[in-house]
Amino acid sequence: MNPLRWLGKYVIDSIQGLGRASLFLLEVVSGSRKLVRRFDLVVQQVFAVGVLTLLIIVVSGLFVGMVLGLQGYHTLAKFGAADSLGLLVALSLVRELGPVVTALLFAGRAGSALTAEIGLMKATEQLAGMEMMAVNPIERVIAPRLVAGIIAMPLLATMFSAIGVLGGQLIGVGLLGVDSGAFWSQMQSGVSFHEDVLNGVIKSIVFGVVVTWIAVFQGHESVPTSEGVSRATNRTVVYSSLAVLALDFIMTALMFK
Amino acid sequence: MIQRRQLELWVGLFVAAGLLALAMLAFRVGNLASGAVTNGYSVKAEFSDIGGLKVRAPVTLAGVRVGRVSAISLDPSNYEAVVTMELDGRYNNIPVDTSASILTSGLLGEQYVGLDPGGASQYLKNGSSIQITQSALVLEKIISQFLFSMASKSGSHKQQ
Repeated sequence: MNPLRWLGKYVIDSIQGLGRASLFLLEVVSGSRKLVRRFDLVVQQVFAVGVLTLLIIVVSGLFVGMVLGLQGYHTLAKFGAADSLGLLVALSLVRELGPVVTALLFAGRAGSALTAEIGLMKATEQLAGMEMMAVNPIERVIAPRLVAGIIAMPLLATMFSAIGVLGGQLIGVGLLGVDSGAFWSQMQSGVSFHEDVLNGVIKSIVFGVVVTWIAVFQGHESVPTSEGVSRATNRTVVYSSLAVLALDFIMTALMFK
Repeated sequence: MIQRRQLELWVGLFVAAGLLALAMLAFRVGNLASGAVTNGYSVKAEFSDIGGLKVRAPVTLAGVRVGRVSAISLDPSNYEAVVTMELDGRYNNIPVDTSASILTSGLLGEQYVGLDPGGASQYLKNGSSIQITQSALVLEKIISQFLFSMASKSGSHKQQ
């Protein structure tokens, strides 16, 4: 094929994909109004995307915090500022690592599962079957999953940060001998609730929307074959990771001056 | 399939754990507990040089934190720095002739405002200003003064 034509087709296809995804999101959001009466559907999905993701989040949070403690201590000790270890660990976790690493893990663990589930529902014609029974699959299947993702993601990210701080304390105070009082007081005087903690929570809510949106959209768009579902799952992880990293850069540039 | 009651219990636990983590970030990691100034009042002070003082730096009296710096601006009429401090309403009996100086915690630490209470019977209130101020010690200035005095001393030794 003519390379120029290929480029044109690629651009048109991507823009059409974006447009379809936006219309899809609009449809899901308007469909999620009816969830107020069927909140049990959301609770079920919070279990699937939140509670089942908890283990990997807790373990990674603990280890990321412990590594930050180890690495940060040796660098800070060179400048005689080992007492600021708590501040370093807390700020890195609350501002960046908590939301971003949680979103990446969330895309890998919950996003891929959502895409595979919805894709398989489509492949086995369950979605078409629902429509036959006058049940709107967008309201019944997609909307609860999107809402659950938006609820679960900030909760997971705050847990990641909190566990990470404890992990950093475990290594910094327990193993490397940083003074416990200095660790916590430097942290408290340097971390602002409104500027650091709340901005981290806002970040994680945005990531929750984006990752779950990509996951349900890819599942709903997937070619209804086993290969198509596998490709859609693959795309979910790649696209949502890229989107999280790009959005994180933009939000960091806007939030922290 | 997991039982519905058990599922709801797990989700409840999950949400509670998330909120607990947020509370920990707010009160243990962040400054929400110490940063809330209860019905505070603001006081101004003019310094000829504030060094590296930043907004949100602590204001202390006898080493106890009584407030924080809320704004720093330049007075265009006399080129002095105007530091606005938000003091905690619990400490409403600080005399008007209190002096403010910019100090450094440790050799290279953060700079903060230290208050030294005077003896007047009237107290600082919202909008009042502190008259007696002492600027920050800038390390380069001290070193250059020291070097100059050393140079002049050694010069006078040679002359003798």
